[in-house]
Amino acid sequence: MTTTERNVVLHVDDVSKNFGGLHALSDIDLEVEEGQTHAIIGPNGAGKSTLLNVIIGRLAPTSGAVVFDGQVLTGKKPHQINQLGVARVFQTPEIFPDLTVLQNVMVPAFARRDGAFRVNVLRSVEREAALRDEAEAILEDVGLADRRLSHAGALSRGDKRRMELAMCLIQHPRLLLLDEPTAGMSRHDTNTTIDLLQKIKARGMTKVIIEHDMHVVFSLADKISVLSGGRIIAEGLPDEVRGNIKVQEAYLGGAHRLEAVH
Amino acid sequence: MALFQLSRRDALILALFALVVVTMPVWTAPFGANYPGLMQKFAIYAIFAIGFNILFGLTGYLSFGHAAFLGVGSYTAVWSFKLLTMDALPALLLAVVISGLFALVIGFLSLRRSGIYFSILTLAFAQMSYNLAYSVLTPITNGETSLQLTLQDPRLIDLAFTTRGAGLPTASLFGVTLSGLSGFYFCAVVLLIAFFFAQKVFASPFGMMLRGIKSNQMRMSYTGFNTRPYALTAFVISGMYAGLAGALLAVTDPLAGAERMQWTASGEVVLMTILGGVGTLIGPVMGAWLIKYFENIFSSFNEGILSRFFDFIPAPLHDTVVAIASKFVGEGWQLTLGLLFVLVVVFLPGGIMEGVRRIGALFRRGNPPKAGAMRVQPAE
Ligand SMILES: Nc1ncnc2c1ncn2[C@@H]1O[C@H](COP(=O)(O)OP(=O)(O)OP(=O)(O)O)[C@@H](O)[C@H]1O
Ligand SMILES: [Mg+2]
Repeated sequence: MTTTERNVVLHVDDVSKNFGGLHALSDIDLEVEEGQTHAIIGPNGAGKSTLLNVIIGRLAPTSGAVVFDGQVLTGKKPHQINQLGVARVFQTPEIFPDLTVLQNVMVPAFARRDGAFRVNVLRSVEREAALRDEAEAILEDVGLADRRLSHAGALSRGDKRRMELAMCLIQHPRLLLLDEPTAGMSRHDTNTTIDLLQKIKARGMTKVIIEHDMHVVFSLADKISVLSGGRIIAEGLPDEVRGNIKVQEAYLGGAHRLEAVH
Repeated sequence: MALFQLSRRDALILALFALVVVTMPVWTAPFGANYPGLMQKFAIYAIFAIGFNILFGLTGYLSFGHAAFLGVGSYTAVWSFKLLTMDALPALLLAVVISGLFALVIGFLSLRRSGIYFSILTLAFAQMSYNLAYSVLTPITNGETSLQLTLQDPRLIDLAFTTRGAGLPTASLFGVTLSGLSGFYFCAVVLLIAFFFAQKVFASPFGMMLRGIKSNQMRMSYTGFNTRPYALTAFVISGMYAGLAGALLAVTDPLAGAERMQWTASGEVVLMTILGGVGTLIGPVMGAWLIKYFENIFSSFNEGILSRFFDFIPAPLHDTVVAIASKFVGEGWQLTLGLLFVLVVVFLPGGIMEGVRRIGALFRRGNPPKAGAMRVQPAE
């Protein structure tokens, strides 16, 4: 198959990242196809979050490059990368703790509508009815509508995560990066989140998802890469990865969890 | 037009605030603060603090150098009086523009760092300006003698229409002299306009972005905002407010000296804002009024006034009480202010406005439970 047929939107091209003597990522190659959900799994400290950090411009790779939709992301500033349509849910929620939940979701909507910088003092936020309605609808989707006037800093960890997901979704990103989006959530909230992510998948959003919860991974992933010690040790369709022995070694007993999904 | 629209709540606040400002000569009388010179300062330093709060209160960037912009505003206004006209409007306009440009340069350089390093940079730039005003820039600032009006000033615009009078002229607005009470009312109107614009900023998407920067700057960048120009714009706006305040100081007293740019003056506006309530609209105004009141009234109390005040205390104790109290007034006014500041920061971290909110909450909590209790009873 050639690249054009498969329509790869995200290329991670031979990326390495060293922290001093620590090789957090070594020669990572990754291709994510448009509209697909690509899961990255692997043990703690494997380099999963580091890979996302390189993609969104939080960290510069030691070597290699990231290309999204024909544009080289490496070297661009985080806000430029976001403006190209890349949004991320972080492993520890990155939110605006001093703002209300509704404001947290409206701020990214302004970034989408007005761009990276615009001084708008004429029309008050109160009169931005269209954006507010949109934010309220998305809060409804993630199940936070009744908390919309609460201070975001006062939310539980799981609720912060759902709010952060709403903050990303309102931007209609073309590529959504999710770093353990269901960690700290109850079983019920995890299932709601899976449903929501499946819904947006139907709308054709490309996603890279990092997850330890195999139930979430196998519910969502079209393709799985297994990262261990900064290297991709296995890659393939969910069923292929499930049977891969190397993966079970990497998880050291995580095999039970993989089996349990059957 | 969108420019002049306020939410109903903000319009009400503006109306109440206007009422308070316009009636200032009345309600300051019982405190002995109803003389024009002090009320002008109340209005002027309120503008300074409101502007400072747009930077500090919304973005969280703490500048220790805002007095530099106050000084630049004063110098510009006095030069406008000397070279062009005694009319106040060109002086204010030029002061806002020049201090804005000045803030653009200092802000651009200082905002390369954040946190304490930003604060130190602004402090360094302001002290640099202060020292330059005393040395290299004396042709512009007139050094220690201060920049003043002289009988030989060209005043090109004024003198094209009228002949030179005998004495030194005073600032005016369309021919109406601005001194004493008229000077206060001029400052009061400018204060109301400045307050209105601050309300617009607070309610706007721009203001929300600034709060986002304060709350989590990193999230702002990953959300697609270029945060540096946002912070710089806030810096320039607050610099313009400071320049405007500086120009008004020159309008009410056409004189500009470098001591206005000293770090103590920069620190004072920080105190005003924190004392009143960071990030609130009214707080900085209250802080400014309180500090200016202490500085001007408390400092003038002497033992004679105290002695009369404590007249009700019997003789043996009387002298001791007066002696102790005298340490806190007159020269000691800063001691009282310092104590007040410590008390506020420790017990009301949100400043006076937090106190007001807490009292408001007490009243609101005081009522509903009764209604609730009555509803519970029939259910038993
Ligand atoms: N900024 C940094 N500076 C130094 N070392 C780092 C930095 N970020 C990550 N590391 C190290 O790189 C390795 C990979 O970390 P990373 O956070 O990418 O792992 P992860 O796969 O996301 O793990 P987890 O499942 O626990 O989130 C770890 O050893 C970590 O300590
Ligand atoms: Mg991680």
